[in-house]
Amino acid sequence: MSANMNAYLLVGAVLFVCGVICMATKRNGIGVLMGVELVLNGANINFVAFSRFSRLGLDGQVFSLFVIVLAAAEAAVALAIALNFYNNHLTIDVDRANKLKG
Amino acid sequence: MTGHSFLFTVFALSTCLSAIAVVISQTVVRMAFWLIISLGSTSALFFLADADFVGAAQLLIYVGGTLVLLVFGVMLTASGPYLKIATAPGETIIAGLAGLMFLMIVFGSIQAVDWTGGSAPEVSRQRDVASAVSSGNTLRPIGLSLLGLRVDGASDSDGGIEAPGYLLPFEIVSVHLLVVLIGSAYLARAKRSRQSAGGNVSVA
Repeated sequence: MSANMNAYLLVGAVLFVCGVICMATKRNGIGVLMGVELVLNGANINFVAFSRFSRLGLDGQVFSLFVIVLAAAEAAVALAIALNFYNNHLTIDVDRANKLKG
Repeated sequence: MTGHSFLFTVFALSTCLSAIAVVISQTVVRMAFWLIISLGSTSALFFLADADFVGAAQLLIYVGGTLVLLVFGVMLTASGPYLKIATAPGETIIAGLAGLMFLMIVFGSIQAVDWTGGSAPEVSRQRDVASAVSSGNTLRPIGLSLLGLRVDGASDSDGGIEAPGYLLPFEIVSVHLLVVLIGSAYLARAKRSRQSAGGNVSVA
């Protein structure tokens, strides 16, 4: 497999799909967060691949830097929410988060 | 097979297989381990795509910061070292089938599109900067573009106007980080005060 545009995009697609499945099936709240990280990394691979193999120049790399920073922020806030949820429910099972059910 | 494509194959396989292992593994500690492998291999892919600074930032921020945060979350929320919250097998099968179909759709789309844009000319970079960027030395161009100054000579699709820099998104993301810092500190602090109040659940 040579390192062309399609190969990078395929790796990004595999990461994205794994992240989506992880978000959809994991019942552990931290596992859902890990799925989000996988999805963001798939997007990052696509950004860097387009920056390398197309006319974008450095735009893709700068945007992947922004994505990395926003992912760190998202992980911090989501972790604080997960810790609060664990404090209230004594579990991290997201199926137990049904207090807001209408 | 050259060395570059060999390394790309190794790290691409490592990235994909570790991501699949994250989905498959049941205990959250093993998921964290496979996620570390996957994200580290992703940073190696960035290095192979001549994005040295992004690869280094990925290693420092993601693998060094975000994943340590996630592992702390695992430690603070698990009642045992190998906590298992199992998914129902029917859900697993349905999710696997849906994921496979989604992957086939994305693969077909990727293969069907001509990403090179026909006979599009290469971006007209200045010569010395272009050689620096194509060899992966991207620290100075990225830093200057974050300050609003483009030195890689990328132009927009018309070819005339110089592409804009990223001063405004840089400032927005700085303020965003400050807000996130205050917000997560507030959330963590509210939890502690509620514990010291004798376990009574009171929404602050």
